[in-house]
Amino acid sequence: MQLQEIRNILHAEVLCNAELLHNSVHCICGADLMSDVLAFTKEKTLILTGLTNAQTIRTAEMSDAVGIVFVRGKRPSKDVIDLARINKIPVMVTKYPMYEACGLLFARNIPGSLNVREKND
Amino acid sequence: MTNEQTLKMEFTLKSMDFNLAGEASSKIKQVLQRIGISSAVIRRIAIGTYEAEMNAIIHAVNGKMTVEVSKDKTEVTVVDEGPGIHDVDMAMTEGYSTAPDHIREMGFGAGMGLPNMARCSDVFSIKSEYGVGTEIYMIFNH
Ligand SMILES: Nc1ncnc2c1ncn2[C@@H]1O[C@H](COP(=O)(O)OP(=O)(O)OP(=O)(O)O)[C@@H](O)[C@H]1O
Ligand SMILES: [Mg+2]
Repeated sequence: MQLQEIRNILHAEVLCNAELLHNSVHCICGADLMSDVLAFTKEKTLILTGLTNAQTIRTAEMSDAVGIVFVRGKRPSKDVIDLARINKIPVMVTKYPMYEACGLLFARNIPGSLNVREKND
Repeated sequence: MTNEQTLKMEFTLKSMDFNLAGEASSKIKQVLQRIGISSAVIRRIAIGTYEAEMNAIIHAVNGKMTVEVSKDKTEVTVVDEGPGIHDVDMAMTEGYSTAPDHIREMGFGAGMGLPNMARCSDVFSIKSEYGVGTEIYMIFNH
């Protein structure tokens, strides 16, 4: 599924890199602890989180995430958005809280990160 | 990169400096991309260096990361000057963390960092002496 479809499902506002919304999402990880994201995701993962600091962007950068959605209407500071922009990571914000946002996407059959933890993957 | 060539990088990791946290791993990733290492390998190296960088910044003082890239592998060493780890086996357990609440609120403290480093790397070793410091050594085959 493309990021722009996810934007529509979550009625999300795009904060940066809107030109990359054609990129496709293979799986989704909802987490507020960044090492969990780094442990449980593969490439082309979309990160859903309530954590709006720079480390979220760094985590997306290191794990080759396809984008970030901040839940519950939480907005990162301009510095954080700028860091995402230069790293070419699309960032959106949705009013839905974590549970609802994940539920809406799970209902569309986008897989989570279960069973994708393999060494050297 | 030819067989004999190696590329060396060194970074200072400042305790509790969350503005710069991740910079070292980001620079390493950019260099690896420039020299044409495959994206799957870069991803493993980026995760490993980032976890080690964050641990040095969050849990330790006077951290230093050294990276040596050659044609077929990347070697990473992260040393710090304390406080060291009481029980290394415990620290290596998934979910074990001593991170206080204010660190968890920043998104760290899942207790997954060291297990992540071990999983991402081809060779992993940790030496730690309580009251002295910790040394992480990782090799990533290209
Ligand atoms: N360089 C270090 N110096 C001192 N203690 C450390 C160091 N690295 C790790 N530790 C100790 O080992 C524990 C486990 O480390 P690990 O990286 O696995 O988890 P964490 O840093 O607590 O959380 P996470 O990495 O998931 O954000 C830490 O909570 C800390 O007590
Ligand atoms: Mg850690």
